[in-house]
Amino acid sequence: MRQILTVANKEFHDGLRNRWFISITLIFALLSIGLTYFGAAASGAVGVTSLSTTVASLASLAVFLIPLIALLLSYDSFVGEQESGTLLLLLTYPLSKSQLLLGKFIGQGSIIALATLLGFGASAVLLYFQLGDIEVLTRFAVFICSAILLGLSFTGIAYIISLSVSEKSKAAGFALITWFLFALAFDLALLALLVGVEQGISQTGLTQLMMLNPADIFRLVNLSGLDSSDVNGALAVAINASLSQGQLFTALIAWVVLPLTLAIFIFKRKKL
Amino acid sequence: MNTPLVSLIEAGKSYGSLDALQSMTMSLNEGEVMGLFGHNGAGKTTMMKLILGVISPSRGKVEVMGMAPDSKEAWHCRSKVGYLPENVSFYEQLTGLEVLTYFAKLKGFTGQGAKKQVTDLLEQVGITHAMKRQVKTYSKGMRQRLGLAQAFIGQPKLLLLDEPTVGLDPMATRDFYKTVDQLKSNGSSIILCSHVLPGVEQHIDRAMIMSTGQLLAMGTLSELRQQAALPVAIKPSGLNGSVASDRKLKRFLTAACPDTLLVPEQEKITVLRQLLSHDGLEDLQVEAANLEQVYQHFLSLHGKQHEKKHQSSLPASGVQS
Repeated sequence: MRQILTVANKEFHDGLRNRWFISITLIFALLSIGLTYFGAAASGAVGVTSLSTTVASLASLAVFLIPLIALLLSYDSFVGEQESGTLLLLLTYPLSKSQLLLGKFIGQGSIIALATLLGFGASAVLLYFQLGDIEVLTRFAVFICSAILLGLSFTGIAYIISLSVSEKSKAAGFALITWFLFALAFDLALLALLVGVEQGISQTGLTQLMMLNPADIFRLVNLSGLDSSDVNGALAVAINASLSQGQLFTALIAWVVLPLTLAIFIFKRKKL
Repeated sequence: MNTPLVSLIEAGKSYGSLDALQSMTMSLNEGEVMGLFGHNGAGKTTMMKLILGVISPSRGKVEVMGMAPDSKEAWHCRSKVGYLPENVSFYEQLTGLEVLTYFAKLKGFTGQGAKKQVTDLLEQVGITHAMKRQVKTYSKGMRQRLGLAQAFIGQPKLLLLDEPTVGLDPMATRDFYKTVDQLKSNGSSIILCSHVLPGVEQHIDRAMIMSTGQLLAMGTLSELRQQAALPVAIKPSGLNGSVASDRKLKRFLTAACPDTLLVPEQEKITVLRQLLSHDGLEDLQVEAANLEQVYQHFLSLHGKQHEKKHQSSLPASGVQS
């Protein structure tokens, strides 16, 4: 356990040192406060808009940003150390592969979690003071928790990439493709399926397909409780057949645990 | 009888069809310094990885401190092993102090213990003045010193050093060998892996010569010299060609170096007596074959054998007549 914390501590400080933490926090805070205040600008008004509009815009924003940031933060975790030779050295220390991986995960995960909490928390506080509604806090709690899980999930996916390739530049390429597939292509494919194949897919079938993408689960978590006027596309259909929040969170957690387990498995079989 | 600290019994490693290390048997005793010599790709690093337990042998057995180094039981032994990889660039954005502290913590030092250990080691390798600077500002030599400091954490019982003197200036190299001698006298065993370097001879007890994953020779330097049967070079001066006219001595001269007698070890004394009987003799230099020559000898021998094997496996043609 102490070994894990030593690694985690180092990774966390790396994140602070190379300004990742401050950048992510600032990006999240600026965007979320901006959306909170100016979300209604399109309809001609400036000022705090309704809670559900805000959460809907934040969720659509976060679903692109968080995976990208998590992948960028972690894609070189292993391949980078392999290239510089420190990976081999670390493994001659009394430190097991799973300890190293979990340590990195805790360290880099904390960066993402803390940045998400502070960045989006800022607009939660702002909104709470404006609206004075306790529902703001519960909504945002759900939003922030699911956002953190989304980030952790893509950190695990980034580790799989980082452990499967032997060059940093390749890892970067794969990270970008992964982001594109999960954040954009998957939804387009779903939509095409929905429109193109008549009666090809039921509502439950669609929802089940969405479980294959952590980004979509995140969307479902945050949009399912909203007025459907703020939601459209494939999601609106899926929401009608929606699963409970508990089930969705379980699915998200599975999307954190499974990539991590797979990453450990790959790491253990990796030729050094 | 001490049990050896490290022993390889018919241990080998293959990657697919490639034999990175052919089966070999060797052992290293406590307080012994072994030099491991060979070209790139000779299997040195593979052997080190086997001993470190980072990879498992494809066949045979590896034991370090009485245990298989890749097993779970050997876990706690790892803090007693130091390793300097061949090419390592440490975390560039950290300072030397931070890098070393991280590694010391991973070796199990905490709080004040880690702090003291780290400052002592930085002092020992002579980079105390730069410890608050980021590693990316370090020169090659300073990085190498930092790597050495890392390997020395926790007074290791077994040290594996891959090309330790690369990039070190002569002063630092001398300091390094001093540290090696000191660690050795404290009972540490060391495996020094390198291309043959001048100056390494007096610091190693035994040498291993490897090529293409194969052990070519192993033993103390004098044993290797004997095996190689390389001649001793004797360089007399002041004789003005009387050597060439001496019937007994003439046969030791070669065309390549007309002033030097190349004498087999066992005839050295006879030849020296003979030379001393010449009145004109002013000076005499006797040089036994050095490590580099021994190394070259075994490598070229191996090369020839390899060729021969290759030729004999070709279909014989044009042999009749």
